[in-house]
Amino acid sequence: MSTYIRRRLLQAIPTFLGITFVAFMLMLSAPGDPVALITFNPQAGDTESAERLRRQLGLDQPALTQYVYWLVGNDWALVDADGDGVVDSSGTRLGLLRGDLGDSLKHRRPVSELLIERIPATLQLTVSALILGYGVGILLGVIAAINHGNYIDQIIRIISVIGNAVPQFWLGLIMIIVFSIQLDLLPMSGMRSISSRDEYDLSEALRHMIMPVFVLSLNTIAFVSRFTRTELLEVLEMDYIRTARAKGLQQRVVWWKHAIRNALLPVATFIGPAIGTLLSGAVIIEQVFGWPGLGQLIINGVFQRDYPLVMGSVVIASIMFIIGVLISDILYAVLDPRIRLR
Amino acid sequence: MTTKATRTPASAQVAQLEAEELQQRYAARSLWGDALRHILRDRLTIFAGLILLAFTLIAIIMPTIIENVLQIDVNRTNIPQRFKLPGEDGYALGTDHLGRDQMVRLIYGGRISLAIAYASSLGIVVVGVTLGLVSGFFGGLVDDFIMWLINTMSSIPPLFILLVASALWEPSAEVLVLILALLGWFGTCRLVRGEVLSLRERDFVIAAQALGASNLRLLVAHIFPNVFSIVIVTGSIIAGNLILIESGLSYLGVGVQPPTPTWGNMLTDSRNYFATGVHLVVWPGMLIMVTVLCFYLIGDGLRDALDPRRKHGRSA
Repeated sequence: MSTYIRRRLLQAIPTFLGITFVAFMLMLSAPGDPVALITFNPQAGDTESAERLRRQLGLDQPALTQYVYWLVGNDWALVDADGDGVVDSSGTRLGLLRGDLGDSLKHRRPVSELLIERIPATLQLTVSALILGYGVGILLGVIAAINHGNYIDQIIRIISVIGNAVPQFWLGLIMIIVFSIQLDLLPMSGMRSISSRDEYDLSEALRHMIMPVFVLSLNTIAFVSRFTRTELLEVLEMDYIRTARAKGLQQRVVWWKHAIRNALLPVATFIGPAIGTLLSGAVIIEQVFGWPGLGQLIINGVFQRDYPLVMGSVVIASIMFIIGVLISDILYAVLDPRIRLR
Repeated sequence: MTTKATRTPASAQVAQLEAEELQQRYAARSLWGDALRHILRDRLTIFAGLILLAFTLIAIIMPTIIENVLQIDVNRTNIPQRFKLPGEDGYALGTDHLGRDQMVRLIYGGRISLAIAYASSLGIVVVGVTLGLVSGFFGGLVDDFIMWLINTMSSIPPLFILLVASALWEPSAEVLVLILALLGWFGTCRLVRGEVLSLRERDFVIAAQALGASNLRLLVAHIFPNVFSIVIVTGSIIAGNLILIESGLSYLGVGVQPPTPTWGNMLTDSRNYFATGVHLVVWPGMLIMVTVLCFYLIGDGLRDALDPRRKHGRSA
């Protein structure tokens, strides 16, 4: 088991380095001069002070050097810190690998601080949606398989197809119109009410979560229910199910101990990819429901061309995704001994 | 003599009928002929196809009529006529916050959304299939590199990278197609590669190789036709996904920019008129949903039709 985990961790390293490279190249190739953005002056690019700023930020260095500094920091190298054209002191950046993602151009604060403030909100949203999605999805899938071929099966199938096809942000907007504006049942945005800012009120927090979490989980519900149904129907054809029935086991035992357990194994492998979908979906859902998470941060970041912030957000979101996939792979290996013995 | 003469044509007729029946039963039936027969009996898929065809035709034809016959400019604002409800003053679907006819804007928006979906799913399929064939067939370093690239790129939550790319380049519709295609082929490539890996070991490919077929011929004449059916199915589902992605990006304000309408960016500012114009929120989303649904249903239908081991009727 530990060999398997170690191997999977080692495999994640080149992927992680690749992601940092992609994020860096994306920013490097983007049109627009960062110096002009910092100084709010489109013509600033040619002046003396712009040159100095560029040297201070290390933007005059070759791309590869910039990448290395961004990744591992520059405190081990001599750089031109005051921008006078002479390499004089060692750098101050610690680099991505030591948790230093640089300073946000807009907020003038470390990107890592900004991200740490936002991550809990996004995690709360995506993890809740994952749990809801898998819970409801599995339930619907099992119900559909039990009712294989009749109208309940058809209804669940239609729900899952529509659940995949509906644009989430639009469903969110419609739900806000119906439940917040017309029926005035649920709050339309944010994580908590302004009045309850001081003390944490669980029921308030839950009320704010209902709509965003439901809308976000819809994809997962649709996918998981369909997948569970297919797997379960396949497992029910297996010889060992017939044997179990022939032994005279109760129907309930056959279903829960023999069929559903085995059918859920492959479904569990898709927790990883589901996390990617949910993180993606969260970007849009956070915008619809004014949810103060990573998605809002990155959207504001790209509009303000806050390159360090955007690079940081992409890397952090990917790390969350990679960790999610790792956990789901390890979970699968725990559940299914065939995987770790391979 | 006469009896024999009359009997012969009759028995010949019987023999001919029997032969025809035999031929019908055992006639060589191609995968595609079979699939066509199956699809024509599949009412849901036909229905979805007709809706999509209608949307596409409307998107192609109507703008010229609107411009030349009705003399309406899609982007011209008309403030006194703003927030008309559907049916009011001859606006079938009402007007938006700048007094523009919503139906006209939906038609133009559909043109952009559908064009982007068709073009980029074509791009994705071309890139994904080509690289998948190369990667799966030749293996080695090329395969390692492509797989590393795919693993890396698909470890970034897809919307993050699309958001960043399309926000930084502020794309026109054409550039957006390019971005969507270049960042969307990973799944298709992986799928095709997997198929090629298993096809490469099959007897008919080895036989062709033994007969001296070149690599190009193996790929084009023997392997490609066998992955083509999967490619068509995924292409249809990808087109549906692209409609969703494009509308999401437009909604966030990083896709095709206003005043050019797309189904997504028509919803961008909808938060400001929840009270005054619910009809402005409902329609664009409905059209997105119906279109995506049609693409998915066609994909499902094609999968059933092209599966030689299918059971009768639709399977899940």
